[in-house]
Amino acid sequence: MLFGRVHGNAVCTMKYEGTKGLKLLVVQPLNKMLEPIGALQVAADVVQAGPGDLCVMVRSREAALAMPAVKFVPIDLALVGIVDELEVKPDGTYDCTLRRGLNRFT
Amino acid sequence: MIIGKVVGTVVTTISHRDYKNRRLLVVQPLVLEGDTPAPDEDFIALDNTQAGVGDTVLVNREGNGARQVLKNPDACVISVIVGIVDSVSLV
Repeated sequence: MLFGRVHGNAVCTMKYEGTKGLKLLVVQPLNKMLEPIGALQVAADVVQAGPGDLCVMVRSREAALAMPAVKFVPIDLALVGIVDELEVKPDGTYDCTLRRGLNRFT
Repeated sequence: MIIGKVVGTVVTTISHRDYKNRRLLVVQPLVLEGDTPAPDEDFIALDNTQAGVGDTVLVNREGNGARQVLKNPDACVISVIVGIVDSVSLV
């Protein structure tokens, strides 16, 4: 699951019958430091996100499972949460390397 | 599953019902010495073991396992924190 910034919406009149009534939003996938990764993509929205919102997105089969009604639809990216607060420690804060021998963490 | 360190928290008031009353945490995977961390696209995990920021956790990144852990056959969750790691020994 990753972050996404909504940039606009997509309107499709001709589409797969299972996805009728689903709002499609154009999103920019972001990494944990909110830097864009990859190109703009279209996500199905179930939380009524608007343009400019930072959202939590889910991919693959779980995106189709997030749909309200029909669960077997060709959707592979879904917005499942609107982020209100985000607090991520900068990269150097914790030691994220595994060393040979015993690594005690607690 | 991967071993990662919890480096952040995400607060979402409006979210899908499967994410209700559970915390979303940002996880940074641990890498071996000398390895460069790969650009990661799946870094948010649903907390199932009351892990906090700074804990080293075990994250299950497969939807089917996540659904079994959450006991919800239709959960739209991929990554779930399934354990808090005390120590890792590498030969």
